[in-house]
Amino acid sequence: MLKLISVRLVAILVGLGFAVAVLWAFVIGAYNAATEEPAGHLPYEKPMDLSWSFDGPFGKWDQQQLQRGLKVYDEVCAACHSLKFVAFRDLEQLGYTEGQVKAYAAAKQVPGIDPNTGEATTRPGLPTDYFPSPYPNNVAAAAANNNAIPPDLSLMTKARGDGTNYVASLLMGYGPPSAELLEEHPEAAPGPGLHHNPYFPNLNLAMAAPLNAGQVTFDDGTEATVEQMSKDVAAFLTWTAEPTLVKRKQTGWPVMIFLLFATVLAYMSKKQIWAAVKPKK
Amino acid sequence: MSFPWARQYEPKNPVSKFFDEKLPLPRLVYNAVGAGYPVPRNLSYFWNFGVLAGFFLVVQIVTGVVLAMHYAGNAQVAFASTEHIMRDVNWGWLMRYAHANGASFFFIVVYLHIFRGLFYSSYKAPREMIWLLGVVIFLLMMATAFMGYVLPWGQMSFWGAKVITGLFGAIPIVGEPIQVWLLGGFAPDNAALNRFFSLHFLLPFVIAGVVILHIWALHIPGSSNPTGVEVKQESDTVPFHPYYTAKDGFGLGIALLAYFALVFFLPNALGHPDNYIEANPLSTPAHIVPEWYFWPFYAILRAFTVDFFFVPAKLMGVIAMFASILLWFFLPWLDKSPVRSGHYRPTFRKFFWFGLIPAMVVLFICGGAPAEEPYVMMSQIATAYYFLHFLVILPIISSSEKTEPLPYSITEAVLGSDKKPVLGENTTPAV
Repeated sequence: MLKLISVRLVAILVGLGFAVAVLWAFVIGAYNAATEEPAGHLPYEKPMDLSWSFDGPFGKWDQQQLQRGLKVYDEVCAACHSLKFVAFRDLEQLGYTEGQVKAYAAAKQVPGIDPNTGEATTRPGLPTDYFPSPYPNNVAAAAANNNAIPPDLSLMTKARGDGTNYVASLLMGYGPPSAELLEEHPEAAPGPGLHHNPYFPNLNLAMAAPLNAGQVTFDDGTEATVEQMSKDVAAFLTWTAEPTLVKRKQTGWPVMIFLLFATVLAYMSKKQIWAAVKPKK
Repeated sequence: MSFPWARQYEPKNPVSKFFDEKLPLPRLVYNAVGAGYPVPRNLSYFWNFGVLAGFFLVVQIVTGVVLAMHYAGNAQVAFASTEHIMRDVNWGWLMRYAHANGASFFFIVVYLHIFRGLFYSSYKAPREMIWLLGVVIFLLMMATAFMGYVLPWGQMSFWGAKVITGLFGAIPIVGEPIQVWLLGGFAPDNAALNRFFSLHFLLPFVIAGVVILHIWALHIPGSSNPTGVEVKQESDTVPFHPYYTAKDGFGLGIALLAYFALVFFLPNALGHPDNYIEANPLSTPAHIVPEWYFWPFYAILRAFTVDFFFVPAKLMGVIAMFASILLWFFLPWLDKSPVRSGHYRPTFRKFFWFGLIPAMVVLFICGGAPAEEPYVMMSQIATAYYFLHFLVILPIISSSEKTEPLPYSITEAVLGSDKKPVLGENTTPAV
């Protein structure tokens, strides 16, 4: 008995020790909070809530939109950004034929080896090749871009919160900072080589506004406004980030329906089995 | 051990007779989760989560073994091999999402299982060993989950590994050599990734072994129940099969519906976007946060912001974080109330619902939030309450509280009277 009392006494002392230590930290923290100016955050905006064909449990790709997005990537983004996890063969999922994919790949130069000399060279791409990087390495990428390496875009929409909306909002969001913002947060003024964008967490990024109206000529005749191109390339990058997105949702439905059916059956058999021993009402 | 009225296994055909003589595995199963295991008849749905935890362990091992066939544990290619699984391996995306969300569901059901154990004081005699083994399983799960999160070699993988192994660096004098030894280098790199992969494959089988001990220890006294009154007679129990196999089957259906809703429709909802950025030792993420199931303990770690006498703040946080789980080992000897169930302990119940549960919710929120006010101050109050609850309040109320009258037996609790038990010889359901 004595031993048990001592176990609890030790526990009470240890518990009080932890509580005192953490409450001491609380008191110091409260004192600091009361005497110091809180570090302010730059007020960046949440991405716009746009609507997408692949939203929701029944979402589907809009292949026309993905093809337009590929064209925007190809003619604008690809100048600086790689897409290293996407292979040309994957483009068949966007509705291109095998022949079109072969021709598309052959029009790109990918790193290769000269069969006669063994020297590094380039060769026309094959469908099994991956999108080539615009720079030979990160040092070259940094050197060409004011020390900011343009990130790979394959997974961009999964690597940012609310990624599809974020990419579209960011591309549409460029513009000079408002006078009120600069008055309240003078540090928000873009430094040399930086560009203001309200959707970027610290409001200034190295990438200049990449899209201008009419920059791309869409094959389906859609007018190439900045908004249109932004949305199309955001949709395309959602596909590159997760080509299996639509297949995943479509696989989910039969599984959920089967499980619902099985669960109802399980409930009914549970009820029937337990009826024998439930108290009679 | 079992109750004297437990049904006996009877091999009926030559094949089962042969097996029963040579290797009585069917008899073992019959006595463990079959008709040979008498279980209290009044278990609520809170008693489903043990079976569900076992189920998700199997899900993790099966999906994990398949993923390991395609994954490459090398820092140069780990991130790309994960994307290879997502894009090029047949149904690889399903395996990976099932594994990542399976870890979350494993923790969800285990947390509910622990919650059940705490509210009904399932840790009390004669079930101390079951509880102790359960805490061991939980610690192994945390280690396994932590190492598994490092494997995709994303930004949170890398920086999480750096922060968690850095905890050992807080130990005075020997801390830094220990950290270097654990990582196989000065920062997480190929050596760390490789050993984490090896251990991440090994530990689930260690967990499975301890789970067997956990279930073995359970079968000595038998299951607890919501009244906390021990089984007295045959009418207090029903055979595990078919009663609880049927009830667990229904519970499993509900759990799978929730699990697959997440896997197929919101597979990244519980993950962090930064882990889709490849690990980069030169770029620190704005907020390093672990997976959601570690948030309460991460909040305790970060709550100690100032040195306490000669103990540095970081060391204090590390000690508190480990202590917050290790103290569970002592619960059977801290809570001496003879009454088990929270239903009959009015004071305990108040502290549980209005103290411990809100404190855990606050710790959970603060652990996922950036380390700034008001989250730090909220987490400090909640941390203080957490330790006071288990180490001060629980020992004191367990001897001072006036408990409510218990039913005479489980049968009385279910039927209102113990005079004419419905059960007895005839417990065969009308199927």
